[in-house]
Amino acid sequence: MQGYILKRILIAMFTIFAVLTVVFFIFRLGPADPVAVMLPPNATPQDAENLTKKFGLDQPLMVQYTNYLKNAFKGDFGTSFRFNEPALKVLFERFPATLQLGLVAFVISVLVGLSVGIISAVKPDSFIDRIGRLVALAGMSLPSFWVGVMLILFFGVTLRWLPIAGKGTLAHYIMPSFCMSLYPIALITRLSRSSMLDALKSDYVVMARIKGVPEFYVILVHAFKNASIPVLTVIFGIFSGLIVGSAVVVEYIFSWPGIGRLVMESYFARDYPVVQVFVIFVTFVVVTMNLIVDIIYAYIDPRIRYQ
Amino acid sequence: MIHLFKKKKKKDTRPKGGIRLPYVGFFCLGIFFLAVIFADVIAPYDPQEGDLFSSTIPPVWQEEGSLAHILGTDMLGRDVLSRIIHGSRMSLLISVGCILFYGSIGVTLGLISGFMGGRTDMVIMRMADLWLSLPAIIVLFMLASVHGPSAKTIILTFGIMGWPNYARIVRGECLSLKERDFVRLARVAGCSKLRIMFSHILPNIMNTIIIMATIEIGGIIVLTASMSFLGLGTQPPSCDWGLMLAEGRQYITYASWLVTFPGLAIVITVLGFNLTGDWLREILDPKQKLR
Amino acid sequence: MHTNNDNLLELQDLKVSFFTKQGEVKAVDGVSFSVGKEEIVGLVGESGCGKSVTSLSIMRLVPQPAGKIVSGRILFKNEDLMTKSEDQMRQLRGDRISMILQDPMVAMNQLLTVGEQLGEPFRFHDKVKGSLRDMCIALLGKVKVPAPESRVDDYPFQFSGGMSQRALIAMGIANNPDLLIADEPTTALDVSIAAQVLKLMKEIQKETRSSIILITHDLATVAQICTRVLVMYAGRIVENATIKNFYKKPAHPYSKGLIQSVPVLGRPVERLFSIDGQPPSLFEMPEGCRFSPRCSRAEKICFESYPPEIMLEDNHSVACWLYAGN
Ligand SMILES: Nc1ncnc2c1ncn2[C@@H]1O[C@H](COP(=O)(O)OP(=O)(O)O)[C@@H](O)[C@H]1O
Ligand SMILES: [Mg+2]
Repeated sequence: MQGYILKRILIAMFTIFAVLTVVFFIFRLGPADPVAVMLPPNATPQDAENLTKKFGLDQPLMVQYTNYLKNAFKGDFGTSFRFNEPALKVLFERFPATLQLGLVAFVISVLVGLSVGIISAVKPDSFIDRIGRLVALAGMSLPSFWVGVMLILFFGVTLRWLPIAGKGTLAHYIMPSFCMSLYPIALITRLSRSSMLDALKSDYVVMARIKGVPEFYVILVHAFKNASIPVLTVIFGIFSGLIVGSAVVVEYIFSWPGIGRLVMESYFARDYPVVQVFVIFVTFVVVTMNLIVDIIYAYIDPRIRYQ
Repeated sequence: MIHLFKKKKKKDTRPKGGIRLPYVGFFCLGIFFLAVIFADVIAPYDPQEGDLFSSTIPPVWQEEGSLAHILGTDMLGRDVLSRIIHGSRMSLLISVGCILFYGSIGVTLGLISGFMGGRTDMVIMRMADLWLSLPAIIVLFMLASVHGPSAKTIILTFGIMGWPNYARIVRGECLSLKERDFVRLARVAGCSKLRIMFSHILPNIMNTIIIMATIEIGGIIVLTASMSFLGLGTQPPSCDWGLMLAEGRQYITYASWLVTFPGLAIVITVLGFNLTGDWLREILDPKQKLR
Repeated sequence: MHTNNDNLLELQDLKVSFFTKQGEVKAVDGVSFSVGKEEIVGLVGESGCGKSVTSLSIMRLVPQPAGKIVSGRILFKNEDLMTKSEDQMRQLRGDRISMILQDPMVAMNQLLTVGEQLGEPFRFHDKVKGSLRDMCIALLGKVKVPAPESRVDDYPFQFSGGMSQRALIAMGIANNPDLLIADEPTTALDVSIAAQVLKLMKEIQKETRSSIILITHDLATVAQICTRVLVMYAGRIVENATIKNFYKKPAHPYSKGLIQSVPVLGRPVERLFSIDGQPPSLFEMPEGCRFSPRCSRAEKICFESYPPEIMLEDNHSVACWLYAGN
């Protein structure tokens, strides 16, 4: 068990290191002049020279790379041009807003997705199952950015019921979180339904019923515990990435002051250090989430725990 | 008696009253491919040529609408219907480009992983786990910063990011085919590993690969369109659906048709691919390996 | 079939179908038999002939949603189980009627300890007296699992095949059921371990005085511990005989084939059933006797209608036109 977790932590650390490296080289070895790319559009030649010096871009590549790693280790990912503050600090200032919206969307998608998925599997072809399949189909087929724009058009512009931009009241959360959870709901519903169906067909479930175990216990303990393994991968592993991906789109549409909107602004303003720190931060979050899933697996599955 | 039995056999035991969803899918795909193939013939106007005197004409059923522009025109006076019809080509081009790109990476890695096994297999599958959870958009940010946003950048991004699903499924298939007689025979006959992988195993999983492509293409269309919507993909004046939506968004208060119809086009297309993919899976993959 | 009030279980014309996309599969098509108190009855037949479905339907646990008990009566202690509510059935299951599944590796939940699974029959039938853990340990000891105090906290993957099967048997007998159905309890095991498990089952039966339906396709097993044999073919019982009659004068041509294909009695063989031909597809049942296409003695009538059940003597009946003469 400890060996297993240690191995996973090492893999996670190696991954972050690899991503740091890739980020460094994609940028330095790209066809464009890094200084030109990094500079804001209104920069003077003096700015360019300063930048070259500051980043040590006149030094050999390997020296730059080790410096970069050293700084990264200290949490220094360069300075934002727009804000003239450390890029990481800028990112962290905007992160709570993303986290709040992400958590709301996360809770909604897990609650709705899991319960619809489980009920659908327990009662196939029932009313809920059909609704569930329809919702899954819709979630897979409706682009969230279009849904967002249409929501704004309908509830914001035409009916004037809901605020269309910014963050403040509870009402501000409604449209963005709906938009953000649409696809995850579909994903979780589909997956939990199919893995529950598999589990309910299995011999250990039949055996539990043979023993006279009540149905709710059969479903929630015997079947769901087994079905939760693939579902967990999606919920924690893929989901963290998914939330970030859709955070960019949703925050952009609803002018939500989180890191998704920040990275869009920074991208268009060529505030490269912020874009870079966003990429690294997201990887870090995703890798950490994967690590957590691995540890949860060990907790659920004795075969991993005792290996 | 035989007669009676046969009759019972044909009885459809699926739930009654459901819509025949696959037909909806075929219909949507039919419209889409009609647009792709005959775009030049059926589009009433040149998608790029606008007439500033006829800008923002609403669709025909609104008061100021005109029959000349059924779905209205945009700010530059370009015909929305024509742009949507031509947009189908862009949509297909980008999504098929992505699928071909990452599909070949995924199939190759999946074959290697399944066939070689051992440490190679473990490394590839751990990589797949991680890749699957990284959002493609972070790569797009990097590539777009360096290379500039374009359709090519999008294809490159998803080409790099999309392979894990393919690799996993192909690996699974490969594992079960590996033990079959014809593969063993080929091994005994001294065929090289490469040869066995690509000329013995690959043809046998083509079916699976095609079903997967049909299932995934809908998702890819949505993703690439959202990238163009954000301004990270195709650039004006291209008539990409995501881009049209982005352009129309500013005028949402008085020209809502500029966002409604390109979005509907995406929905119809994606619905078409998703339903057809589900149908294909249902009939060709009864064991549901592709879950 | 006469109704005998001493019978513990009596099936009357049980029909179970699966409604699949390809059509209706009549997995069990009119099965009638009875099991007396303290009797060990063997149920034999090729795989796919409906043995498992029959036994699952006795517990009203036919695989859902495709499977359905179409008609028939299931009398347990003279009460029709078909009229019981789901909750009444649940109370019977694992208490008065129990079952052991074929493959212990998949019949146990890999994510729960053996003890947790062993305790369920006690917990859910309010039979816990004192410590549940102690009851589980005693139960494991009863099925001769060594060092039960420590093994009770193990997970199924830490058990060997034979030990798993013992643990599974323990779950089945936890509450001393009146009827225990063992669905091929030894098929997944090595020959020597299978013999031990069978011996154990016989000992337990002696002690608990329950009735057992032993499903198998190994005639040697039947010869060892059963008192009566039911031969099943394509969803129907074709012969019902005491063990003596069955080996001395098997009546149905299928039974004869079965016995002939066992070269030495009392020793397991690799290929048991080497009767020519294939059992019929359950979609395309022959009109008459199901065995007629493979039967060397089939006559015209065999292809036309299904034979009635014919009593040869007191405890021996067969469904075959050859015996319909007078
Ligand atoms: N879940 C199911 N769905 C459809 N058909 C089934 C199902 N389970 C069993 N059957 C059918 O019932 C028949 C009898 O199965 P079973 O009782 O398991 O045979 P066995 O005698 O080997 O135990 C099989 O041939 C199969 O066609
Ligand atoms: Mg069976």
